[in-house]
Amino acid sequence: MNREDFEILNQEEKLIYFDNSATTLKPNQVVESIVDYYTKYTANAHRGDYDNSLKVDMAYEEVREKVQKLIHNKKAKEIIFTSGATASLNMVVFGFMKYQLKEGDEVLITKAEHASNILPWVTLAKEIGIIIRYIPLENHIVTIENVKNAITPNTKVISLAQVTNVLGDERPIEEIGKLCKENEIYFVVDGSQSVPHIPVDVERLGIDFLAFSAHKMLGPTGVGVLYGKEELLERLEPTSLGGGMNATFDSEGGIEYKSLPSRLEAGTPNIAGVIGLGRAIDYLLEVGIEKIHKHELELKKYATQQLEQIPNIILYNKDMPNGMIAFNIDGVFSQDTAVYLNHYHICVRAGNHCAKILKEDLQVKNTCRISFYLYNTKEEIDELVRVLKNSEEIFKVVL
Amino acid sequence: MDPNLRRELLLENYQHPTGHGLVEDSSYIKINTNNESCIDNLDIMYKIKDGKIEDIRFDGEACAISTSATSIMVQKLIGKTKEEAQAILDNYEAMLDERPYDKEILEDLNAYDEIYKQPNRKKCALLPFESLRKIIAKM
Repeated sequence: MNREDFEILNQEEKLIYFDNSATTLKPNQVVESIVDYYTKYTANAHRGDYDNSLKVDMAYEEVREKVQKLIHNKKAKEIIFTSGATASLNMVVFGFMKYQLKEGDEVLITKAEHASNILPWVTLAKEIGIIIRYIPLENHIVTIENVKNAITPNTKVISLAQVTNVLGDERPIEEIGKLCKENEIYFVVDGSQSVPHIPVDVERLGIDFLAFSAHKMLGPTGVGVLYGKEELLERLEPTSLGGGMNATFDSEGGIEYKSLPSRLEAGTPNIAGVIGLGRAIDYLLEVGIEKIHKHELELKKYATQQLEQIPNIILYNKDMPNGMIAFNIDGVFSQDTAVYLNHYHICVRAGNHCAKILKEDLQVKNTCRISFYLYNTKEEIDELVRVLKNSEEIFKVVL
Repeated sequence: MDPNLRRELLLENYQHPTGHGLVEDSSYIKINTNNESCIDNLDIMYKIKDGKIEDIRFDGEACAISTSATSIMVQKLIGKTKEEAQAILDNYEAMLDERPYDKEILEDLNAYDEIYKQPNRKKCALLPFESLRKIIAKM
C-alpha cells in the first residue's frame, strides 16, 4: 500500500526492499518536511525571538505530543529526543541505573536481546558490580513463567525488547509489567521493533522506560526517543552536559539544570530529524498501525506458504505472528544467500543481526532475515519465491 | 581467468576446503579472525617448523569467498619460509587494492583478481589475511 509515496520504489530499476527491521524507506512527505526546515525556516530551537526561531520551537515541541499519540503516555515532558534507541538505552543505564542500583542487584535480560540492550548492562556490571541474569528462553521465546521463576529478591530491573529483531517474537509485556510493579522492579523496554509495527500503550503495559528509533518507522536516521515516567526522568542524571540543558552556572562550579525535558537534551538537538519523526508519526497514524500490522501478517502468511514448499529452505520462525521471516537455504552460508538475492535487486539482511549470543539458544549462528512493511506486496514475494526456487544456480551468481 | 574455471576452483575450495577442521595438538598456535562486517568468523591454527609453515588449519562459519580464499591461501603457504609467505601476501593484497602485483607468484589466488569490482566482497577475500599476516610476523 501507499507505494506512490515512496520515490525510491518508483525508479526505473526495480527495488524489492525486505530489510525493514534494519531501517525503513522514507515517504516523500517525511523528506519534504525535512527539506522545508532546511530551505524555508532554518533556525535554532529554544533560542531566538524572531519568527523563524519561534516557528522552529513550536514545530520541535509539537513532536512530543505526536509521540504521545503514538505511545499513549501522559505528559509531553516525559518524551526525550535522543540520537536513537541505542542512545536512549545508554542514558537509562548510565544516567539512571548507575545511581539507583548497587552491588549485587540483579538485572534480567535474555540472550535474544540486541547488543544495545546487553553491552551497556555488561559495562555497568563491571563498574558497580550489578549481576546480569538471562531469563531462559522456551523454544526461543520468553514465557511469563520463566520470567516469574527468574525473579529473586535481588531483581531490580527487567530489560527486554518488546519484539526481538532476529525472530520477531513479541514478549508478554503487559504481564511482565504487572510483575514488575508487584515486585518493585524497573521495567525497561526496547521498542525499536514494536513501535513501528504494533500499537503500544506505555501506561497500560506498565513500562517505566521505552526506547525507539525514528528510522525504523519511516523517519530519518540519527533521531530517537526515550520515554520515561516523569518521576524516573526527574532522577535521571544527564549523561551529556552543555548548552540548552542548564538554567545557570557560575565559576565556582555551581550548576543548576533546567527542568524536563530540556535537562536531558544538551546541545542543539537534531531539529530536522525530530521534525521528520513528527511527520513520520502523522503518516503512520493516518495509515493506521493496526492496518499496517495486518498487512504484514498477510504477507508473512502468503510468503511462508510458498517458501515451505521449497525443499531446501529452512524457516526458523514461521509460526510467530509478525512480519519477519528468518530463513536459510540448507547448506548455504546466509551471506551468500543475501548476495544471491541482491543480484535480483532483493534486499535482505544476513548475519546474526547484532544478537550475537542468541546463537547459544538457536543453535544457528547466522540467518537471512526478511522483514516487511506497508509498501511490500505479494508480487514482490512471488519474485522472491521464484528466485529461491532456482537457488541451485546460486554459486553461478555469487562466485 | 576463465569465469567457469574460476567458479569451479572457488566452489571446489568452498565445498572441500584444504586445512578445514581444527586439531587437538599443542604444537599448533591458535588465532581467531572476525570480519568487522559482523558475520564471518574463522578460527585459524598453525604450526611452524624449521623456519617454515608446516601446517595451517581453520574452522568456522564463513561465506563462499572467505572460505575458498582461506583454503587456497593455506595451500599456497604450507611449506613456505617467512620471506616467501610474505611475498605471497603482499602481492595478494596489492591485487585486491588494484596496485601492481606479480601474477606468477599468486597462481590460484589470481581467481580473486576481479573481487575489487564488488567492494562488499573484498572484505570476504581479505578475511583470513590479517591472521595470516600475524602468523608470518611471529615466524
